[in-house]
Amino acid sequence: MNIMREKLIIALAGAAAILLAYNLYNIFLVLPDEIAQGYMYRIIYFHVPAAWVGMIGFFAAMTLSVLYLAGGNFRYDSLAASIVEVSVVFSTVNLVTGSIWGRVQWGIWWTWDYRLTSQLVCVLTFAGYLMMRRAIDEPTQRARLSAALTIFGCFNVVIVWKSIEWFRNNHPGPVISFRTGGGKMDPAMEHMLFLNFLALTVVATALTLVRARQEATAREIDSLRRAAHV
Amino acid sequence: MTQAIELNQVWKFYGDYAALRDCTLSIQQGSCCALLGRNGAGKTTLLRILAGLTNFQRGAVSLFGEKPRAEKARRKSGFLGHGIGVYEDLSARENLHFFAGITGRSNIRALTDTWLERVGLTRSANMPVRQFSRGMRQRLALARTFIHSPKILLLDEPFTSLDDRAIAMLSELLAEARQGGATIVLSTHQLREALAIASHVALVENGRLRHAGERTQEMLDDPALLYRIYTELGTQ
Amino acid sequence: MTLLVQAFAVARKDLAIELRTRESLTAAGSFAIVILLLFSFTFDPFSDESNEFGGGLLWLSFAFAGALVFNRGFARELPNECLDTLLASPLSGAALVMGKAIANFAMLLVVELVSLIVFGIFYDVHWLSESAWLSVVFALATWGVAILGAVFGAFTVNLRLRELMLPVIIYPLMIPLLIAAIELTNAVLSRQPLSGQMQWIRVLIASDIGFTTLAWVLADTILVN
Repeated sequence: MNIMREKLIIALAGAAAILLAYNLYNIFLVLPDEIAQGYMYRIIYFHVPAAWVGMIGFFAAMTLSVLYLAGGNFRYDSLAASIVEVSVVFSTVNLVTGSIWGRVQWGIWWTWDYRLTSQLVCVLTFAGYLMMRRAIDEPTQRARLSAALTIFGCFNVVIVWKSIEWFRNNHPGPVISFRTGGGKMDPAMEHMLFLNFLALTVVATALTLVRARQEATAREIDSLRRAAHV
Repeated sequence: MTQAIELNQVWKFYGDYAALRDCTLSIQQGSCCALLGRNGAGKTTLLRILAGLTNFQRGAVSLFGEKPRAEKARRKSGFLGHGIGVYEDLSARENLHFFAGITGRSNIRALTDTWLERVGLTRSANMPVRQFSRGMRQRLALARTFIHSPKILLLDEPFTSLDDRAIAMLSELLAEARQGGATIVLSTHQLREALAIASHVALVENGRLRHAGERTQEMLDDPALLYRIYTELGTQ
Repeated sequence: MTLLVQAFAVARKDLAIELRTRESLTAAGSFAIVILLLFSFTFDPFSDESNEFGGGLLWLSFAFAGALVFNRGFARELPNECLDTLLASPLSGAALVMGKAIANFAMLLVVELVSLIVFGIFYDVHWLSESAWLSVVFALATWGVAILGAVFGAFTVNLRLRELMLPVIIYPLMIPLLIAAIELTNAVLSRQPLSGQMQWIRVLIASDIGFTTLAWVLADTILVN
């Protein structure tokens, strides 16, 4: 089982490397500049997929949390915690790239764009989750409280998005958008967007599996420590 | 004979560490079972599972046919842990009033007055517990435990740190409860006191139940007998 | 309904202790007033903007002062292992959390009333004529904040660094409630009709129902290891 998992991680890492290399080549050397934003628009190929990977990750973690609460299998807890950690990283990538894009498009580092602000709230919520996990030594308690917090967090994400969007409708501000002139995205560009989403998903999956293995090992060490102290 | 408490192949894990392993035990209604074992053996964990304070991962536990967390089970049981379980900033009367109320009893005022008198706290009934002596707090804890006439009593090292008056009071209350058909499970290090009142003993070691059965005259004569036979000390 | 009866018993007990000790109310009330004072240095307190900023000012004060109330909620059960005694009693986890939320709600309302009076004095804002609408907004928003405070008080009661963890976890979750409360309070103080702000009422109601339901369903999971 462990050997299978190792092979899977290596395979995923390899696939991610190939995909990313192909994508980077196309993004920087093949695809043309966008009419209004020029060279800078390329940040969208990381900004948007990173957000998708992060958000899907948080809801996947919620599903795994519910499965843990239902069955008590620690594998679900390890996976959930790993996915949250990886999703926080990818969501942070979304925030940083959004900030850079805002600086170029609007001249300011933070535009309070409703999607970026909502994403910031998600990152803060799940950063709290990671901090809470560090504060709990006992694995069952940690798994149980983490699962409950994920459920609360994901429920809150839904309301946060709508609330901040409505708030920004009342108090308009700069919007970070690719479609400055309105209209649809070029099909080739849209295709690359989804291809890079695939590449980042493979990267996220590989990282999650590595992290989940670390969680399982940490739990094993904890149980050995408890047995030694009795 | 009705089984008041049944544990069937119960395992309790903290992460991957098994604190309780494959524990099977039946305790008859009206009996008094002393849980013996070293520190860290799993006695408190087992008691907390019965009290509904801790979950278990495998097996089945029932108190009069109900799961430990079921309200019916907790209504019939009384728990006394290491702490006295009363609020320092409330008076003795207010504490008993509150705890009697949440156990769903009626005639709370009369019940509170009866128990205050029973444990000798009538005169101090309206003082905040913060001002009580240690002995007074212990007696209030006993009143809080017994006030709803529980059918199952779960006591974690009840004789530890009790003064003589409180020990005498507890022994009297336990005897009375047994006469009324209550089932008692108490974990303890004090072998002599426990064996004196217990009808059954269960020895827990490293999370396993090494022995469960009636208390015998041999045990009364030689309280350390069980430990010698069933634990690592006996193999040396 | 047994759950409500038990919850009110817990709330009565907590409020009785609070009336006797006044730990949370004094600390939270003072803290809220200090925040209102500090904000007076950030903008002109005599300007017309007081009506526009008032909502934000008030609700941030309540949110920060509330943390002091929430920290005490379950911490009150730790001495003498009262929490174990409660969990071993017929009291359900849901009733315990609801009871704490009701007590939080009552205490926060007291802090809010005192803060409103001080706010009206400090910033020359006349809110008495709008007290009916303010009551509705405050009741809805305060319940959401109170139930979050109770749930996460239960979360953090046995954690290391409890006082640090509670604010870190709870504030991001409070954001929709705070936005809605701030927008509605500003609208009421500026005498705007609330018919144009119905989405915020919906946010408050959805948050209240959602968080209360989750608290009810997950209470035992959070409290029992």
